[in-house]
Amino acid sequence: MVIDWVHYTPLASLLGGVLIGLAAALFVLVNGRIAGISGIVGGLLRPRMGDLMWRVAFIVGLLTAPWLFQVFAPLPEIQVGAGTATLLVAGLLVGIGTRYGAGCTSGHGVCGLARLSPRSLVATLSFMLTGFVTVFAVRHLLA
Amino acid sequence: MNILFSLAAGLVFGLGLIVSGMANPAKVLDFLDLAGMWDPSLAWVMGGAIAVAFGAFALAKKRTSSLLGLPMQLPTARGIDRRLVGGSLAFGFGWGLAGICPGPAIVLVGAGVAQGLIFVGAMLAGMSLVEFLRRGR
Repeated sequence: MVIDWVHYTPLASLLGGVLIGLAAALFVLVNGRIAGISGIVGGLLRPRMGDLMWRVAFIVGLLTAPWLFQVFAPLPEIQVGAGTATLLVAGLLVGIGTRYGAGCTSGHGVCGLARLSPRSLVATLSFMLTGFVTVFAVRHLLA
Repeated sequence: MNILFSLAAGLVFGLGLIVSGMANPAKVLDFLDLAGMWDPSLAWVMGGAIAVAFGAFALAKKRTSSLLGLPMQLPTARGIDRRLVGGSLAFGFGWGLAGICPGPAIVLVGAGVAQGLIFVGAMLAGMSLVEFLRRGR
């Protein structure tokens, strides 16, 4: 294992993590909800009365974040290496997988682990595993 | 009021994704690339987020209503089944292909990144498919 010290950003990543944790903490204590993005988006596809606006508001918050960030500083580099076909396949897999698995990096990886849920631990280990394996296959076996 | 807090939570969450580097798919893939030049930064994101949220969830578990008087809706599912594991494995596969998970995908759209839009379109299609199959049963 070779560490990429040039791109290593422990402080920024920790600070970002703290913000994410604060948002999740605020959300559960004030609204009584899990800040799981796939669940919040997925619920929009099954609209129920009184269950819609808070989801839309959260997503509008996510959409607005880059704009607010740019008030204070230029956006950090965003680099998408995947082509259209890969993006389509990846998006489909993420959409199907997170709904069957009932959560993603936020719902299972942050909220679930923080509330010590065994289900979320299993889910997180599962998606981390295939995440690592897929990148290994794409970058080191197929490349 | 809860709508306002949802907006604020989404905003802070999104800022966290940007500041942490999670919104940069190339950085996510470098984090998942253990065998290459490994960038371990993103481990701090999960660590920091869990450390901060831990206390809040411990408190939430003891309450039946939120601070705004809304019902405390924590997940009740307990079983570890094939859907959970299979779904999560598929999600990780997609995550490893593009380096994008649902939160950052939406932030990318907000940042005006065209690839984010393509990804979110496919993600919504995948989610709709699951919803459709669920209703059919």
